[in-house]
Amino acid sequence: MGTAFKETKLPADAPKSQKALAWVDDRFPLSKLWNDQWGKYYAPKNFNVWYIFGSLAMLILVLQIVTGIFLTMHYKPDANLAFGSVEYIMREVPWGWLVRYMHSTGASMFFIVVYLHMTRALLYGSYRKPRELIWLFGFATFLCLMAEAFFGYLLPWGQMSYWGAQVIVNLFSAIPVIGPDLSLWIRGDYVVSDATLNRFFAFHVIAIPLVLLGLVAAHLIALHEVGSNNPDGIEVKENVGPDGHGVDMIPSHPYYTTKDLFGVSVFLFIYSAVIFFAPEMGGYFLEYNNFLPADSMKTPPHIAPTWYFTPFYSVLRATTSDFMWVVMAGVAAYVVFIWLRSRLSYKTKIVITAIAVVLEIGMLFLEAKVWGVVLFGSSVVILALLPWLDHSPVKSIRYRPDWHKYVYLVFAIAFVALGYLGTQLPTPAYTLIAQACTLIYFSFFLLMPWWSASGRFKAVPNRVTFTPH
Amino acid sequence: MKLSKKILAVLALLPGFVFANEGSFPLDRAPERNDIGSLQNGAKLFVNYCLNCHSASAMRYNRLRDLGLSEDQIKNNLLFSGEKVGDMMTIAMRPADAKAWFGAVPPDLSVIARARASGAGSGADYLYTYLRTFYKDDTRPTGWNNMVVPNVAMPHVLWQLQGVRTAKMVEEDDPHEHGKKVHKFAGFEQVSKGQLSPQEFDTQVADLVAYMNWMAEPAQDLRKRLGAIVLLFLAVFAFLAWRLNASYWKDVK
Repeated sequence: MGTAFKETKLPADAPKSQKALAWVDDRFPLSKLWNDQWGKYYAPKNFNVWYIFGSLAMLILVLQIVTGIFLTMHYKPDANLAFGSVEYIMREVPWGWLVRYMHSTGASMFFIVVYLHMTRALLYGSYRKPRELIWLFGFATFLCLMAEAFFGYLLPWGQMSYWGAQVIVNLFSAIPVIGPDLSLWIRGDYVVSDATLNRFFAFHVIAIPLVLLGLVAAHLIALHEVGSNNPDGIEVKENVGPDGHGVDMIPSHPYYTTKDLFGVSVFLFIYSAVIFFAPEMGGYFLEYNNFLPADSMKTPPHIAPTWYFTPFYSVLRATTSDFMWVVMAGVAAYVVFIWLRSRLSYKTKIVITAIAVVLEIGMLFLEAKVWGVVLFGSSVVILALLPWLDHSPVKSIRYRPDWHKYVYLVFAIAFVALGYLGTQLPTPAYTLIAQACTLIYFSFFLLMPWWSASGRFKAVPNRVTFTPH
Repeated sequence: MKLSKKILAVLALLPGFVFANEGSFPLDRAPERNDIGSLQNGAKLFVNYCLNCHSASAMRYNRLRDLGLSEDQIKNNLLFSGEKVGDMMTIAMRPADAKAWFGAVPPDLSVIARARASGAGSGADYLYTYLRTFYKDDTRPTGWNNMVVPNVAMPHVLWQLQGVRTAKMVEEDDPHEHGKKVHKFAGFEQVSKGQLSPQEFDTQVADLVAYMNWMAEPAQDLRKRLGAIVLLFLAVFAFLAWRLNASYWKDVK
């Protein structure tokens, strides 16, 4: 049993605000929550610019929800009215154009910020023990974000909305046996139609945002439980000073409040520059074709998803039937490699080999389209495995062998190249490059247990690297 | 496997993925004509020449007040068949009839200037080139053809202004396939004079395109003006936030 309820007694002349807070705190842990989550949450003092993107992602989430609520007031989720209602928002609703541009630009900015946030985790090993769950919650958030963007992109009901959704939903029909029925079930019709628009609207405005908010909360609770990593990858909690806090730690408030405020102001400058001067961003944030109303009878000459999906989309397109031979050889070589070089148990190796054999047989008999979808999905899901793939004895790239930096660089170039190629019409040369980049992409992760542990690592200092401002 | 088969494989992977067959004709740059006079002239041309077959259903007539026109001016000069000044720019022709008469429904033009942008040029460039490259072609049902959209369903609405022209085609060796000939465009030939000189015609089309570009996003002017103020404010805000941050962090050793 807990202790009995006891009202906090303050002197009669105490300020009203203090009395009010005490009244609330007796009934709800308001001060405690604030202090635990931010006010007295101690964080390493050596955060650099890479550490702004978490706060920015949170800011954009709020912006998207608020602008989204106002858009919902005027938008019509109806195949006959949707396109017109967006133009109605752009012209007739006071400040509607601004709210709409904030939302459309916010979507792309969300992905830019989240990709940078994930890059930070990769550079400094922020997903390593004991932060595996932070990473997994973050990964699930990323999946939700992709779903949210996909569902939302159908709503303007332009040509690209329509055909993008058509192509992606059709991917599910590649799944053997249940595929065709599954894609029919998702669409609610034989083609993308009013039924599809209505359910996508429901997912976009209610279902996914609810899950997203829950996951973000879990992500933050887990982070504030184990504490933040830092650019040196040192566990700052292990070096405690006389005040009971880590010697290299400072309270988030006011230090990171002011730092984030500065970061937010720079972000808002860039975000506003796009909104007010380049809302289409050269056809990347708002695709030109999407200013044509959806027409189920006219397939556009070039269907490409929005830029933030294109790296994974490229993997899908790169999986042609002759590339499957390369994939099969790759799977076989990987199994041999595991038998020769891995310290996994005999039993695990047998299981891996059995899975590989099943995959190889499947690759022989099922068409490349199926495997394109499998690789497309795997290219996203493999990110979740990072905490267990990375075997480096140090967390941060600062103390890894120099050649590791080139590995990251090659990976980054391959990822960006896949993204670029996904926006372009495929040519034989482009397809070859996309296939090479796909191999690099998967090798980076699948071979990580070996390359991340090899080389000469530098000594990790006891204290963080920090130069007073 | 041959490269051509590879392409087929990629194509098979994605239904609806075909190569672009449009946009091969190089686009001229549309002159910037954003002064109020040009836009008003463009609005007049649009209502007179376009708004019979095409609608602009997201555009309200009295939004033209943003171009310096009064409600009376709009009523007296731009409304012909009993519309009210608060009406949308819709047309009486039914889509089914349009389909029967032209073979295609003339698209709504509200945001056409945004939709036609591509890697080849802006939407304005596209429209500016398209409207100036009609030529007489007796093999077409309308008697007209176009360089930007080959075999277009739309007739040359501005022919009285531009006059009648034909396209001169010359035979050349195909650079991609040996021994084959291709027809290459080698310029227009004026058959009969129009009401306007070529320079005057280009200017009129430029005005029309400038108006269509404005109509695609009537808020664009306000957007840019407001943007300058917002960025100025944020620059000051960022400076203050930077100094505030520095004043706190100077104590962190």
